[in-house]
Amino acid sequence: MSDALLTVRDLVVEFPTRKGILTAVDRVSFEIGRGEVLGVVGESGAGKSMTGSAIIGLIEPPGHIAGGSIELAGERIDNLPLEAMRKVRGKRIGMVFQDPLTSLNPLYTIAEQLIETIRTHLKLSERDARARAIGLLDEVGIPAASRRIDDYPHQFSGGMRQRVVIALALCAEPELVIADEPTTALDVSVQSQIIDVLKNMCAEHGSSVMLITHDMGVIAEAADRVAVMYAGRLAEIGPVRDVIQDARHPYTKGLMGSIPTLMHDSDRLTQIPGSMPRLTDIPPGCAFSPRCPKAFDRCFAEQPSCKAHEDREVACLLYDEGARP
Amino acid sequence: MTEALVNVEHLSRVFDVSKPWLNRVLERDEKKFLVAVNDVTFEIRRGETFALVGESGSGKSTIAKLIVGLIRPSGGQISFDGKNVATQGSSSMRQLRSRFQMIFQDPFASLNPRWRVKDIIAEPIRTFGLEGEAVNWQKRVDELLETVGLSSGDGAKYPHEFSGGQRQRIAIARALSAQPEFIVCDEPTSALDVSVQAQILNLMRDLQDEYGLTYLFISHDLSVVRHMATRIGVLYLGRLVEVAEGKTLFKDPQHPYTKMLLDAVPDLEMTGRARKPVEGEIPNPIDPPTGCAFHPRCALANERCKSEKPELKLHGTTETACFAVDEGRS
Repeated sequence: MSDALLTVRDLVVEFPTRKGILTAVDRVSFEIGRGEVLGVVGESGAGKSMTGSAIIGLIEPPGHIAGGSIELAGERIDNLPLEAMRKVRGKRIGMVFQDPLTSLNPLYTIAEQLIETIRTHLKLSERDARARAIGLLDEVGIPAASRRIDDYPHQFSGGMRQRVVIALALCAEPELVIADEPTTALDVSVQSQIIDVLKNMCAEHGSSVMLITHDMGVIAEAADRVAVMYAGRLAEIGPVRDVIQDARHPYTKGLMGSIPTLMHDSDRLTQIPGSMPRLTDIPPGCAFSPRCPKAFDRCFAEQPSCKAHEDREVACLLYDEGARP
Repeated sequence: MTEALVNVEHLSRVFDVSKPWLNRVLERDEKKFLVAVNDVTFEIRRGETFALVGESGSGKSTIAKLIVGLIRPSGGQISFDGKNVATQGSSSMRQLRSRFQMIFQDPFASLNPRWRVKDIIAEPIRTFGLEGEAVNWQKRVDELLETVGLSSGDGAKYPHEFSGGQRQRIAIARALSAQPEFIVCDEPTSALDVSVQAQILNLMRDLQDEYGLTYLFISHDLSVVRHMATRIGVLYLGRLVEVAEGKTLFKDPQHPYTKMLLDAVPDLEMTGRARKPVEGEIPNPIDPPTGCAFHPRCALANERCKSEKPELKLHGTTETACFAVDEGRS
């Protein structure tokens, strides 16, 4: 894919600690095409949010990018100086976080926050910026936007706040929006509204989306392709429908089986024994090998890399020709 | 299997959310009340899993706390095995209390971090004086640990040494140690990752088969509820809007709110489906709409819905509180 908007290659994020170096993201590679929605799923601690933070250059020290490269439209952004990165952030990459209350400043009205952001990135007069802000609020579905724009964040409900955050993320027409668990703090009926808003807004404005969530249902609904992460590594990446219906990696298979669905009756859910290893003791070889029902001797010694397999990439030795026992 | 173990009749709970007295006087404010649970009636049959679903603020957890007696009802009554919980004397209440237990949502908050796991699990045994003459409680704790899939040596450890899923197993072992008949589970898996959630749900079903437990299962996650429940009650702003058999509810939902909720859930099988957009959000429970609380968001609402409160009525096997269903407009 030469038309990729974002190319992440062999990204490594490390945290030096007293007990040694923790690898939170371990050689992760993927691409996001223009206008594409890439879902990133995994359980807590899988490194999904860390990957997102690495892309926008917001990893908390002492954590740092220890290897690999991140390219936005062919330009490397992982080694930009702080000031240059600040211009990319917000202008070219928009962000939507989980908790809309913490991403909005409670002391400023929505108007002040939107106008400030718009004028930071675009050369617009105060009045034009305000008109643009009202237009955006209208688009994300806030009723009576021209009146409500002068309200403070606490005067909005959770769902409405998240709409404001989406407007804020999109106000400079970014090429990429990183949405980190955008619906996790919301109720189901509101959650579906927000997914729709996010999807439609990004489609209309031509932004690509990296949608980070632990909820496979949200991914199924919104994403074009999905990347499954496990213990800081990529397990599988491919078109959403294929990954859900015909998972290849044993972890993805287990994960899909363990999600109860609305459509089918099942007496027992598939369960994966054990739990994800802590970053301090990731087993040698494949990180999933101790829990994998199909693991064989090589899995415990050799770390599989993501290899193309038909329509997707899988990091599993079972699919490595000639490696099978 | 039709015998009711828990009977909840016209249960209500009102919280006083007024400002302090001085503020009220100075600002000429009136007292404010939040009706968290409003005239809720249902029964839980022996051996079944009765689930309550609803969004935040619908009163699910308040009902759970009312049933186990952590808070007192403002009106209505709860009877357990035919005995009214509110009118029991303290000694018979104590006996009754040992027959129901609760599992909480957050296994990090519900286990005392300074106690060893074996003491946590043995607490109900000691409190209810269930040690018996010869039975060694240590042995019982070891058995319980193994029942929930931990090893007997884990009893000497502290809660912080366990992961979320393992802690929830400890909480389950603690609930089982009093040999209860009825367990109230308030969002038991919502703090857990999906693969761990599957382990806990499977464990809970196995235990139900083994000990003939009755569950009140509270969750906001419809797919989990579908997996677990025999019968389901749907709550909206403190009122039950629909009570149905698990399968029926998902196949043939009656109440417009249930339909909307089912339509809103993102599901694995529904990639790329076109969805009816959901209208509006849950109103503020301090100032709920008149009549049917759902009418501002309901496409079928008419004048009657705005002024009168619908009662639960039986339609086939489903109980629904909706005028549109009553009048055949749905």
